Amino acid sequence: MNNGAIVSLIDVGKTYRTGEMEVLAVRGVSLEIKRGEFVALMGASGSGKSTLMNILGCLDRPTTGHYLLDGADVSGLDRDQLADIRNRKIGFVFQNFNLLPRTSARENVELPLVYSAQRLTNAELRERADRVLASVGLAGREDHHPSQLSGGQQQRVAIARALINEPEVLLADEPTGNLDSRTSVEIMAIFQQLNERGITVIMVTHEPDIAAYAKRNVMMRDGVILDDHVVPRRLNATAQLQNGRTRPQGAPNEESPSIRDPNENCTNV
Amino acid sequence: MRIAPTFNVALRALRRNKMRSVLTALGIIIGVGAVIAMVGIGNGAKAQVEAQIASLGQNVILIFSGSTTSSGIRTGWGGAGTLKIEDAEAIRREVPGVIGVSEEVVSTTQVAAGNQNWFTRIYGESADYFDIRQWPLADGAPFTAQDVRSANKVCVIGRTTATQIYGNENPIGQILRIKEVPFTITGVLMPKGLSTQGVDQDDIVIMPYTSAMKRVIGGTTLRNINVQIGDPQQLEAAQQQIISLLRQRHNIRPGRDDDFTVRNQQEIAQAATATSRVMTLLLGAIAGVSLVVGGIGIMNIMLVSVTERTREIGVRMAVGAHGSDILTQFLIEAVTLSSVGGLIGIVCGIGASKILSAYANWPTLISISSIAIAFLFSAAVGIFFGFYPARKAAALDPIEALRYE
Repeated sequence: MNNGAIVSLIDVGKTYRTGEMEVLAVRGVSLEIKRGEFVALMGASGSGKSTLMNILGCLDRPTTGHYLLDGADVSGLDRDQLADIRNRKIGFVFQNFNLLPRTSARENVELPLVYSAQRLTNAELRERADRVLASVGLAGREDHHPSQLSGGQQQRVAIARALINEPEVLLADEPTGNLDSRTSVEIMAIFQQLNERGITVIMVTHEPDIAAYAKRNVMMRDGVILDDHVVPRRLNATAQLQNGRTRPQGAPNEESPSIRDPNENCTNV
Repeated sequence: MRIAPTFNVALRALRRNKMRSVLTALGIIIGVGAVIAMVGIGNGAKAQVEAQIASLGQNVILIFSGSTTSSGIRTGWGGAGTLKIEDAEAIRREVPGVIGVSEEVVSTTQVAAGNQNWFTRIYGESADYFDIRQWPLADGAPFTAQDVRSANKVCVIGRTTATQIYGNENPIGQILRIKEVPFTITGVLMPKGLSTQGVDQDDIVIMPYTSAMKRVIGGTTLRNINVQIGDPQQLEAAQQQIISLLRQRHNIRPGRDDDFTVRNQQEIAQAATATSRVMTLLLGAIAGVSLVVGGIGIMNIMLVSVTERTREIGVRMAVGAHGSDILTQFLIEAVTLSSVGGLIGIVCGIGASKILSAYANWPTLISISSIAIAFLFSAAVGIFFGFYPARKAAALDPIEALRYE
């Protein structure tokens, strides 16, 4: 069973019941994601990609089918068991960052450890949070509150929070949706570096130029997978940042402003 | 399970909203403070009443002469004059455990000395009376058993009477004219203050009952007999013996009503303290209402807080918090608010009752039990009113909570 697949969806379906109406959000999706992949999950709104993402993130359970995460079937687990799986195996990055307000970056990053089975002393917590913050380039900002950080910095705090428990899978839901294009590329650079280190990244996006940083693109429509292909000309975010190009060449999104000045560092939302 | 880190999380959340936390706790502070102060005032009043009752004397049985029905008109207690001096002597002689008996007659009359006069109460008593009532003299000496036997014209007077007639002069040895009979004052009683009925107990002249009956009041019957029993264990038995002795002496056939009434001091005390207990209860209940209002304040703020922090709850759940972790967190927040408020409230309540004692001259009595009960109640208020919002938070669906705007 465990042929290097970290995620196996077997004929997964999800039905929502709203009153008398039954809505089939996901209808029979089978998907296998191997360890170390970088997958972009794409689709228009209503395509079922968010529902699929919630199932992948163990926030929701499929109505039918099976979900094997790291070889273990998690489709039948209860609320608390799913919470433990999320804590140990999954890191979340959200579109709107979802940091705790009026709480320092360090305390935000420590959050998953509070609910972790391992008991750390306050000093260990602090040391670990600071190390992860430094790894996303936020050394020296540990005591800043989210309101004192730019959008890109806030998203990097969120990434640090997702990484603190050393998860198998990093799940990102529209991680660049609230960011300008240069900051988006910076976040993509971090994702690609993490992926190089062996972390599986699954990212929901509706922007094709963001999906181009992934290794594999999965397109959904009406609750089924429409297309699943390896990205032919993958973009390298780190290289772009070094070349001072923040918008990939030939990207279809022409009306988006591109910031070409390499000295331009302001990354406010 | 993860109480310690959850405790930290809860305390941080309270610190993030300092003003709101303080105001919420204020409801409990006022509630607990009011309970402590009000119950302190009630208990103080009760203690005062108890002290007054105790000043009636320890282990005292009072026998009142009964009422009679004559031509359909019923007289009140003491109206019939059924108690004789011989009855009192029989009690003294025959009832075991009796250590003091005082035959009592009472009247009110005008008394005069020099150019002063005063309307006061005249009590005729035996020499045992001062022991029975535990009423020592401030000055001079009481009359003696010999004075009682000889019906001597001597008396002791209360502080109020002394001041009204003699002002600042020393009344000892002076002559007091009572119904034109000159009495020599042998002593002045210690002031006793107001009785439970609000009567000035120091406005009094006490003389041998023999002298009172012979020279002032007239008549041959007693209004009542005061009996003191040595051992409180024997009080009940002695009371029964007095009843059967008097029934026998008065030739009352079985099945007929007594022509006298026997009360013991415990019964009187119970009746009087019952009043102040009701007052304490009422004051406490009114203050308790404010504690409940404070609790509702906590619930209100916790509900606002849950709504406001819906996304935070979603994030916590997404990174692995169980429902029980969220429940504990919000419960700890509520209980911390209420119990810290309770502790401050206890301090404020004690302070308020001290101030009332000092400036309004109200007696207050703070008991450890009222402090403990107020604190436990405030913590319970936190749990009770915190539980609903906490459960609401714990039951949130993480997906919807994350999407909450």
